[in-house]
Amino acid sequence: MSQMPRPDTAELRGKYPGVFERPASARLAMPAMVAAALAIFVYGLVDLDFSPTKLITGMSQLGWITMMMIPPNPGSSFPLYMQALGETLSIALLGTTLAALFALPVSLLAARNIIPSNLIRFPVRRFLDSIRGVDTLIWALVWINVVGLGPFAGVLAIMVSDFGAFGKLFSEAIEAADRKQVEGIRASGGNALHEIRFGLLPQVLPVIAGQVLYFIESNTRSATIIGIVGAGGIGLQLAEQIRVLEWQKVSFLILMILIAVAAIDFISSKLRFAIIGQRAVV
Amino acid sequence: MATAISILPAQQLATLNDAYRKAVARKRLKATVATAVFCAALFIAALGAEVNLHTFFTYFGNFLSYFDRILTLDSGARVWTDPVEWFWGLKKWLRLLGETLLISYVGTLTGAVFAFALNFFAAQNTSPGPWVRFIVRRLLEFARTVPGIVFALIFVIAFGLGPMAGVLAIAIHTTGALGKLFAEIVENADMKPVEGIRSTGASWLSCMRFAILPQVSAGYASYALLRFEINVREASVMGFVGAGGIGQELVVAIRKFYYSDVSAILVTIIVTVFIMDISTGWLRGRLFGKETSR
Repeated sequence: MSQMPRPDTAELRGKYPGVFERPASARLAMPAMVAAALAIFVYGLVDLDFSPTKLITGMSQLGWITMMMIPPNPGSSFPLYMQALGETLSIALLGTTLAALFALPVSLLAARNIIPSNLIRFPVRRFLDSIRGVDTLIWALVWINVVGLGPFAGVLAIMVSDFGAFGKLFSEAIEAADRKQVEGIRASGGNALHEIRFGLLPQVLPVIAGQVLYFIESNTRSATIIGIVGAGGIGLQLAEQIRVLEWQKVSFLILMILIAVAAIDFISSKLRFAIIGQRAVV
Repeated sequence: MATAISILPAQQLATLNDAYRKAVARKRLKATVATAVFCAALFIAALGAEVNLHTFFTYFGNFLSYFDRILTLDSGARVWTDPVEWFWGLKKWLRLLGETLLISYVGTLTGAVFAFALNFFAAQNTSPGPWVRFIVRRLLEFARTVPGIVFALIFVIAFGLGPMAGVLAIAIHTTGALGKLFAEIVENADMKPVEGIRSTGASWLSCMRFAILPQVSAGYASYALLRFEINVREASVMGFVGAGGIGQELVVAIRKFYYSDVSAILVTIIVTVFIMDISTGWLRGRLFGKETSR
């Protein structure tokens, strides 16, 4: 075995000072960041009234609650809960579809390759951003004020909050579309509307369909919670049963939600693959 | 004109056209059936959700006028003519917003720590055994699927009203969401360093620490920041069920029809969310480059 020549550490040190002695700022940056993060964390714990006694009593309470949840039992309200679950699924499906319908034309306005002018695009984008900045639950509260308690308010709430998300996602899908088809349509004498219909839409529709399906899936979750503020569906039942401390019914409802979400996940991922096929992974 | 460029003999052309028409017809039929099924589903959904177009059109004016009303002060003037009056409770709201941010910060950090501890057990390539993996995965799935606000509802009863319930609810939900994402990063990590370290006789723990962690920590931090951004939104509604933050004020203002307060609180929430989005986006870009900042 041949011996490696010993590296001349002193010379190397002279040549590459940065490797041997990192500047103090680089060495201290990580510990300083960790210390700052911890400091804010501790301050947060103090400010938010955390105390070990509270935590322990709460934990034992939670233990009791969990014990009382077993076994899950709907009592005599099973048909009512099934109906509520159906209502939730309806809210998710309808809200998402309406949002997609409304968002499609608006997303065209927010896409750079369709509207090159910043003058229209910028306000449209900010408008969509502000809609997305408001949570679905807040929209639900607002709609309850307008159309009254019930699932219809939930549909409208999901519609409005998804409208913002879809507008952004669709416009990104449109911007990612290939220009060549559009140019081909223009070369054969099509007008702007033809370009969108025959050049862009065939490219973006599968992507959009995939996103809509994904949102129906995730909205099943959102739709379960908007009931908590009174906008219908299974969340309404859940919040009521929690308030009256019927823990066996609560655990049954949670189980129902879990199963429904898993089922919808399964169906929609199957459908997504069927629609987008293999090239889906963009 | 049609005769000019036709190269194929008419008979061959006819068969080709026929095949084309058949293919198109099949596709059309498929699309029509799919649309019909979808419309039927929508119709059933509309019945289930008690959609009432009559109510909608009668009250849609209310929706627009609602925005008109929340943008009007008690004195009848537009809100932006008198910002001092509009934001009369700014001091209180800013304090509550600070509380909201703290809730999401503490919740995100706690959740990230738990997700960090659990994700090595959930990832396929690093899990010590299939049983552990199965249990941890189901646990994370449960924490992710049950909405945060449902946890909050239950915690409010167990821990009492206040921000603590909100923090714990967000922490649990974050554990579920981040645990899955973290495990996915670990599954994409290069396994060669692990083999190298194991060949020196290191334990499972050292393998994770010295082989996996250096590869994945940037991804972890990026996802945790993204989650923080989401949790700010989530924390802003935790107050609806009494779990602390600005949501409490908002729900009171909406329910009691303090119109200009509603718009003022909404504006402060939207601005905060914007600032958080932009600053965490900037931070992610700074720390991890353009690639991970998607």
